[in-house]
Amino acid sequence: MSAVADTHSQEHHHGPAKGISRWLLTTNHKDIGSMYLIFSFAMFLLGGSMAMVIRAELFQPGLQIVQPEFFNQMTTMHGLIMVFGAVMPAFVGLANWMLPLMIGAPDMALPRMNNWSFWLLPCAFLILVSTLFMQGGAPNFGWTFYAPLSTTYGPPSTTFFIFAIHIMGVSSIMGAINVIATILNMRAPGMNMMKMPLFVWTWLITAFLLIAVMPVLAGAVTMMLMDINFGTSFFDASGGGDPVLFQHVFWFFGHPEVYIMILPAFGAISHIVPAFSRKPLFGYASMVYAVGAIALLSFLVWAHHMFTVGIPLAGQLFFMYATLLIAVPTGVKVFNWVTTMFRGSLSFEAPMLFAVAFIILFTIGGFSGLMLAIAPADFQYHDTYFVVAHFHYVLVPGAIFGIFASAYFWLPKWTGHMYDETLAKTHFWLSFIGMNLAFFPMHFLGLAGMPRRIPDYALQFADFNMVSSIGAFMFGVTQLLFLFIVVKCVRGGEKAAAKPWDGAEGLEWTVPSPAPYHTFSTPPEVK
Amino acid sequence: MAEQQPQQGKRSNSRVIAWCMAGVVGMFAFGFALVPLYDVFCEITGINGKTGGRYEASASSQVDENRTVTVQFLASNGPGMSWEFRPVVRSVKVHPGESKTVNFFAANPTDHAMVGQAVPSLSPSEGTLYFHKTECFCFNQQPLEAGESVEMPLVFIVDPDIPEHITKLTLSYTLYDQGQPANVSGPVRADKTTNNNG
Amino acid sequence: MRVHAKRAIALVAGLLLPAVVMADWTMNMTPGVTGTSNEIFSLHMTILWICVAIGVVVFGVMFWSIFAHRKSQGAKPANFHENTVVEVLWTIIPLAILVAMAVPATATLMDMYDTSESEVDIKITGYQWRWQYEYINDDFGYFSSLSTPRDQIENRQAKGENYLLEVDNPLVIPVGKKVRFLLTANDVIHSWWVPEFGVKKDAIPGFINETWTRVDKPGIYRGQCTELCGKDHGFMPVVVEAVPEEEYIAWVAEQKEAAEVERQLTEKDWTLEELMARGEKAYASACASCHQPDGSGMPPAFPALKGSQIATEDMAAHIDIVVNGKSGTAMQAFGSQLSEVDLAAVITYERNAWGNNTGEMVTPKEIFDYKNQE
Repeated sequence: MSAVADTHSQEHHHGPAKGISRWLLTTNHKDIGSMYLIFSFAMFLLGGSMAMVIRAELFQPGLQIVQPEFFNQMTTMHGLIMVFGAVMPAFVGLANWMLPLMIGAPDMALPRMNNWSFWLLPCAFLILVSTLFMQGGAPNFGWTFYAPLSTTYGPPSTTFFIFAIHIMGVSSIMGAINVIATILNMRAPGMNMMKMPLFVWTWLITAFLLIAVMPVLAGAVTMMLMDINFGTSFFDASGGGDPVLFQHVFWFFGHPEVYIMILPAFGAISHIVPAFSRKPLFGYASMVYAVGAIALLSFLVWAHHMFTVGIPLAGQLFFMYATLLIAVPTGVKVFNWVTTMFRGSLSFEAPMLFAVAFIILFTIGGFSGLMLAIAPADFQYHDTYFVVAHFHYVLVPGAIFGIFASAYFWLPKWTGHMYDETLAKTHFWLSFIGMNLAFFPMHFLGLAGMPRRIPDYALQFADFNMVSSIGAFMFGVTQLLFLFIVVKCVRGGEKAAAKPWDGAEGLEWTVPSPAPYHTFSTPPEVK
Repeated sequence: MAEQQPQQGKRSNSRVIAWCMAGVVGMFAFGFALVPLYDVFCEITGINGKTGGRYEASASSQVDENRTVTVQFLASNGPGMSWEFRPVVRSVKVHPGESKTVNFFAANPTDHAMVGQAVPSLSPSEGTLYFHKTECFCFNQQPLEAGESVEMPLVFIVDPDIPEHITKLTLSYTLYDQGQPANVSGPVRADKTTNNNG
Repeated sequence: MRVHAKRAIALVAGLLLPAVVMADWTMNMTPGVTGTSNEIFSLHMTILWICVAIGVVVFGVMFWSIFAHRKSQGAKPANFHENTVVEVLWTIIPLAILVAMAVPATATLMDMYDTSESEVDIKITGYQWRWQYEYINDDFGYFSSLSTPRDQIENRQAKGENYLLEVDNPLVIPVGKKVRFLLTANDVIHSWWVPEFGVKKDAIPGFINETWTRVDKPGIYRGQCTELCGKDHGFMPVVVEAVPEEEYIAWVAEQKEAAEVERQLTEKDWTLEELMARGEKAYASACASCHQPDGSGMPPAFPALKGSQIATEDMAAHIDIVVNGKSGTAMQAFGSQLSEVDLAAVITYERNAWGNNTGEMVTPKEIFDYKNQE
């Protein structure tokens, strides 16, 4: 939350509005950033509760708690809410707060569009979550909503799901345009492109990915809508269509989407690791090129999600080679982070704990990704818990820990107070242990033969499922501690300096903590 | 909020927005363009097993007597489709270049007139480019009265250029219920009967 | 107090016992029983060890830094932040490793795609929620449905050893012969997977896919559907019995004979009790997953049959909907899926079970005539 007091001398300025209209009508990037972050955390808890239902049912073999139809709704909604409601809005929130501060700009380029971008999200999610209460239930076809399960065999709420996706897409696209305009046009004089901080770079590239693929998602769901309601046959063989076409269109969006969900975290980690190593980021230029290479390659690998569909050999080989290739720039980034730490002067406050865990555990997720890329082997991994393990490793200790690390790193700047370090470290360790207990056994379950998206399983899978559920419950409950830490920090705590982290660099650390409501009304000079 | 952006900044913003919106619209169009693109790509490469439309056989087709290709026939019903539907012969051996006719049997056991549409799929997909249908019941919808049955022809040629390693092709038809007859295109049939046994 | 504690422990242990006894801590993929599965297993192990090696090096450096370069221990930060040589090296070396991996992976993939020269061809159709196997060169086929009793799933009975991985009619194939599978689906996308064969392929409605296997060892092999296909996606297992060739040939002959017997059974005179007994089994296999064992259904998608109009009044409509299905709903046309005997038995059962008690029955011969009527 930003400070109420305004430190400017211009007479026409007044402090922020009071009451509810402040939040409804604000065009201030700090306010909007805060709203995005609060919204995303609420969605994280909501999606997380659904995960708790899933893990409770999977605690033991047999159907104890929910019926398979409802279980399918839980898995679907968990995925949709986490991807579109928790991870993406959190990164947009961080972008809103930090991009103007990092480039020395007074606000985002398009402040009113910024407000609309945010407020579209609660509307979209109201629609999406309300499907749980409609007849036929919520979408139950997986967050990947393959046709014809989602078209011919979908529940009545499917049309509302499509509508919600469209609204979220518009929000993301407007946000991306805003980010691009801000970064291209509003940098302080002297900040040329190769002087931009890494978080700015990764968000610039992420914004281009969003512009490129969110419209394709919109196309896919529009085709779905037409198949369901207007008698077309995009994905229906009986009308000359092809269910596999859906998968191609969806994953053309879907693969860049997963990079959209991780690149901003890469950027944040590239700030945090140097700060707590008290050493500059190793290989700035190659870090930038690596992100560019990853973004470009991300358009060429989509069918690695479709290796068992019956793509001809030449296609399989192409996608296998392209997917293997994308491991190279990703690896370069990991090596660079480790080299940044090497022979630094390290301290392990909460942001660094999360950042180090990010590097290790995201890399493990990357390793399982490399294994999945080996197309013949993928025939044994595809649609099993091995895949679930992979993407939870890159998303939870990847994206989510990246977000936690960023939150702890920048909370002093946002609130003017230091958060409680002991509680934060507790949050870290409980999250770390819970997360690994929850997801590491899933590698074994997948290799042992357990498919995805099933509410009940054969007895040989029982032990690891129980361990996984225990870990998941632990991880879930721990996030309430994070809520407590943030609220406590907002309300008070040790006063934070402008630069509370002695190793940190960047324009954002030159403004007071908490950052005043308006900053950089006069652009700074960048050497 | 921004006190005032320099004029240049405002113009730059408009440019960025314009380019981004062009990108958005372009990518949305691209998403839809993927549909015909996919079809064209599949037609050229034969990748998804769709065997394409009517083939005009050239008068002088060389028949390769030195090799034979087995063509296997499968028939499936779409969901809720109650017709009997099966190939009259399970498979045939043909010489590449030779024109061959086989029949599929269909019967409507219900008490009301119905219309069916057969959709073909060929495997392996690399064989699709070499399988030509000169006449196929799948080119048209098939109406059948209550209790009526029919034998429907398929006339095909396996291209003489088919790679050596392809020795077996499997052609599968799925028969879909297209509802009650309204305005139905003329059916292609070899032999129409109304008795029980086809 | 002690007594209660003991009883509580006994109860909990008792409930957990099947899970504990049957469960295991398998951590790795199986090498399996085919050439393909073994090749896949070695590719898997190779890439795994490569990842472990890279991980050990990278994490090793990191842990070393965490230990030796801490500010609290007095470490002073170095200032280097660039080194082109090192960057080039750690780009080229991983690239080389990956190219090396791609070579054997390509060879295995080419082999997996080579379906030529098969000796047995079997058509597999995925339905919601069971598999249909058709031996296309021998003119017989059957459905294969989960046979685990509902009571076990709902925790009223202890779970059996092959809980959720057992079916009424497994697929039977010969050992040592190349078997080609042709896959399609009736409704939504399913996927057929047997881990020990290294075989997985999607079954796509309206399209035909193919794959193959050659099993080296006789045995019973179990797999599952691996593409979300609706509510009972987790309840449509794959069970394959691989038997020596002579046994296979004998089994095929038996099946063809049984198909013939089934055709003759249509002619026989059935009593109500016989139809009810047969119908109860057929209902459990083909109908109960949607209409429930007690006939209460799950409205609105799956209507109740108990006390329903369709099962107690209009017989003609009842036969029609079972044989021809209902377009636009999940009710399939069972006329092409069940034999005349099973159709008659199921309809008779539905008209008399759960208190419906109409006393009516329909014979296989009547169903045969209905299907062939003018």
